[in-house]
Amino acid sequence: MEALKQELKSKIIEVLNLEDIAIADINDDDALFGDGLGLDSIDALELIVMLDKDYGIKLVDPKEGKTIFKSIETMAAYISENRVK
Amino acid sequence: MTVNKTYIKSFCTIQNNQISLNGEIVFDTEPTVFSDFSKKAYQHLEMNYPKFFKMDNLSKLAFLGAELLLKNEDDSEIENNTALVFANKSSSLDTDVKYQDSISDPENYYPSPAVFVYTLPNICLGEISIKHRLKSENSFFIFADYNPEFMEKYSNILLEAQKADKVLCGWVEYYKEDYKAFLYLIDTQGKLEQNQELLKKLYKQ
Repeated sequence: MEALKQELKSKIIEVLNLEDIAIADINDDDALFGDGLGLDSIDALELIVMLDKDYGIKLVDPKEGKTIFKSIETMAAYISENRVK
Repeated sequence: MTVNKTYIKSFCTIQNNQISLNGEIVFDTEPTVFSDFSKKAYQHLEMNYPKFFKMDNLSKLAFLGAELLLKNEDDSEIENNTALVFANKSSSLDTDVKYQDSISDPENYYPSPAVFVYTLPNICLGEISIKHRLKSENSFFIFADYNPEFMEKYSNILLEAQKADKVLCGWVEYYKEDYKAFLYLIDTQGKLEQNQELLKKLYKQ
């Protein structure tokens, strides 16, 4: 699980072009949206594509994203349970 | 109000790894790719605007030029009624091609929303408007070549019709690492009178 969390932090920085942020700057329970990393709605869509592309997870209900993308912790837990890649 | 004469308040050019402002070189790098050049320019200008790195290359190019000309115009106390009139030759083709590449293989079909949102040239005007809190007129035109005649007439109409207090005009062309931006701020007062000959001369610098 720890390796997956580090992998997610690295992927998020790369995919979302977070130039000014390092892996060490992201805590596992930091909010990804709002006051945390400050991601926006386009970033949310990119994360949905990333789940599909890298882990074979297709989000059918976009409302699920709100819970799944709450933090690195919640993302890692969801991916661990649902990944097919 | 009748606007008899209009003036170029300031102008900048970005090309060949170099940025000049009012004819003076303010930043340059060794030959490099645009992503590297634009990142170094961002750091040099101390912009502190992380959204910059999410933009496509056309928007980065326009954004850097606008930053140079508008940063001294921003006043939080007064609404900045500066219109944006931009043009280029290749529209958003550079990003369009990238997006097409991401959807051309049915076996590897992962369209990127972050790339898709930049598949229109006028998105760069939105980025500039957000940064400088502009709620003004803006237009983006596609021409075969740099067209100072049209830009002069259009900016003068905006000023005469009192649709804007100033007009930021820009030629921002980007396609496959080939880029040039020439931006200039038009005002009703100043020393450098706007005319087509001068616009052609400054563009070639």
